Amino acid sequence: MKFDLILRVGTKLMLPFILIFAPYVHFHGDYGPGGGFQAGVIIAAAFILYAMVFGLDAAKRIAPQSVIDRLLPVGVLIFAAAGLPAIVSGQGRFLDFGVYGHDFLHAHEWGILIVETGVIVTVASTMLAIFYAFADRGRQ
Amino acid sequence: MSSLHEHLPILQILVPLFGAVFAALTRSGVVAWGIAAIASAIAPFISAGLLLHIIDTGQPISYVMGAWAAPWGIEYRVDLLNAFILLLISLIGLVSIPYARKSVAAEIDPHKQPWFYTMYLLCLAGLLGIVITGDAFNAFVFLEISSLATYTLIALGRHRRALLSAYQYLIMGTIGATFYIIGVGLLYVATGTLNFTDLAARLGPAMQTYPEPILAALAFMTVGISLKLALFPLHVWLPNAYAYAPSFATSFLAGTATKAAIYLLIRIHFSVFGTHIVLKTVPIEEVILLLSLAAMFIASFAAIFEANAKRMLAYSSVAQIGYITLGIALANKMGLAGSLVHVFNHAIMKTALFFALGAMVYRTGMAGMTGLSGIGRKMPITTAAFVIAGLGLIGVPGTAGFISKWYLAIGAIDHGWTWLVFLIVLSSLLAVIYVGRFIEIAYFREPSAELASAREPPTSMLAPLITLAAATIYLGFDTRLTGGVAMRIAEYLLGGT
Amino acid sequence: MTGWEVAADHYNYYVTIFLMVAGLYIVIARGNMIKKLVGLGLFQTSVYLLYLAPGRIIGGTAPIYDKNYEVYSNPLPHVLMLTAIVVGVATLAVGLALVVRISEEYGTIDEDEIFAKDEDQ
Repeated sequence: MKFDLILRVGTKLMLPFILIFAPYVHFHGDYGPGGGFQAGVIIAAAFILYAMVFGLDAAKRIAPQSVIDRLLPVGVLIFAAAGLPAIVSGQGRFLDFGVYGHDFLHAHEWGILIVETGVIVTVASTMLAIFYAFADRGRQ
Repeated sequence: MSSLHEHLPILQILVPLFGAVFAALTRSGVVAWGIAAIASAIAPFISAGLLLHIIDTGQPISYVMGAWAAPWGIEYRVDLLNAFILLLISLIGLVSIPYARKSVAAEIDPHKQPWFYTMYLLCLAGLLGIVITGDAFNAFVFLEISSLATYTLIALGRHRRALLSAYQYLIMGTIGATFYIIGVGLLYVATGTLNFTDLAARLGPAMQTYPEPILAALAFMTVGISLKLALFPLHVWLPNAYAYAPSFATSFLAGTATKAAIYLLIRIHFSVFGTHIVLKTVPIEEVILLLSLAAMFIASFAAIFEANAKRMLAYSSVAQIGYITLGIALANKMGLAGSLVHVFNHAIMKTALFFALGAMVYRTGMAGMTGLSGIGRKMPITTAAFVIAGLGLIGVPGTAGFISKWYLAIGAIDHGWTWLVFLIVLSSLLAVIYVGRFIEIAYFREPSAELASAREPPTSMLAPLITLAAATIYLGFDTRLTGGVAMRIAEYLLGGT
Repeated sequence: MTGWEVAADHYNYYVTIFLMVAGLYIVIARGNMIKKLVGLGLFQTSVYLLYLAPGRIIGGTAPIYDKNYEVYSNPLPHVLMLTAIVVGVATLAVGLALVVRISEEYGTIDEDEIFAKDEDQ
């Protein structure tokens, strides 16, 4: 597919917008449909589109397998660690977001944003890892 | 230190969860084993701390997360029943981990070993989560976490049939979990809450206005959980899954996975619905009684005719689960206590049996009974431990199995069904046949040619095996932990409703 | 309201039951492993509908806070079903990975052929 001019140019034009749309969906999860899971899938879709048009090797140069494998647990770590400051500072129980702000609304907003960031990282790397695992199979 | 004590319930889940995350970040099997060992070693201390706190104060521990009070928020509620099963699961994890080092190194590819330990820790976190949570939907989430980890653990077995067994278990397990979630949905529509204690309070009045959805919910949840605990005839996934999984996975799962589902069944039937709904409206207890008897006999028969030792032990597991659900069906104090004691004892005995068999596979590479002829001469300590745990399965006085069957028999007499005692003894005789078959093959035949290089397994595998075999005998005499606590739990579950 | 009107008002439950039973039938009746996974997904979709449809409050708007509205639909079923959807996706991923490996090992993904190959061994 990398020899088709329209696909190549079109993909290169669209990829930045797809990647910007993901944080948009993430931050607007408070006010409309959205959130971490959807944003993670959109990021993964951008990488998968690149892999489909330019080939798996080109995609693996940008997002190497080892980096993706390491990012998978990092997202879970961010999520779980976001719940810990309340325990460590002694102010509350696990996932008590009161430590992040001065009043209830802002504290919870910050807490949800941090937690959803962890979700983005894990979901994007999981989708990409699944794509790599399946796409690699037929090549031997 | 008091602040740490306050957060024990969430630490019970966080320790294996963080362990899983760190194990996934490593690339070496030994480091991943080390992380799994640390997490598995800390977990029983947390469970013991919770159990001692509850025994001391006599009050359940309630831990509310995320600054939303129950019943709107998710609550971890630990009472005597929870703490008992938590201690069991974390102890099995602790005992299994030294065994894992050599066993996993021999059976799993080196670059997959970190992921194997990640899955093991996620399974441990999921099982502990099912037991500790006080929210019905949270139980589903942890159920699926542990199940997905289990499918992966099983699929990493060496034989290609492991993949097929994992797929079959995936289909059946997901249907079971979805049935459970349908039941929870019907309960939510009828009562408006998901918290176990709140549901228990609201179900009484709700039964007057909406009896049909609540009974349908009871049926869906029972069927869904029965699929997970392998109650006959929903046990079809278990023999294949236990036979073809890696030895460490089978040993760990045999002692823990079905026990967490049994906890959920007991919690739903006795705490949430309560005996006045469960016993008086639909004949659920009679149905479970019939299925338990079917499990006890048919599965024991299937075990007698099995050629593969692992499948024989798997069918034996289905039969022993029949004993446990028999106690639940009796629904009186001694029957329920017998169930709980058998949950503990069976976990210890079955894990010991699978340890012994896994050690034999480690040394000889064979699990077929004919291939293991004469193994008693070559691996005497391992086979002796197998025999002790097997005697426990049969229920020989002096072993832990006798205690649980004794309680079940007294429960049957209390209920007025004396013929049930006769059936319990009869099925124990069937256990004599299949355990005796293995003993005869192991001791009274000449070692076959393939066993020339067999000798005792390494100490890291032998020590857990001997510990569990010794525990089988010890728990046959000192029943303060198992019997005493089980009777208190049964009183609390039956009296509180 | 006559009995017919009440029965017709509950059409969302009829759709739920139809999807549930259709999904289960596909899981049981089809031998192709991917078709079984599709049936499983259909079965899980019916559960989403089972939770979401009763959560809709008559006269309520979408459960996102806005100063112009007073009555909202119940947000809890939406949240629960987001979780259930993620669980379903994870199950599908594990199932498909197993099917890929099975097809590599056995050369086929039809259950009857696989059992036949295992019997021969």
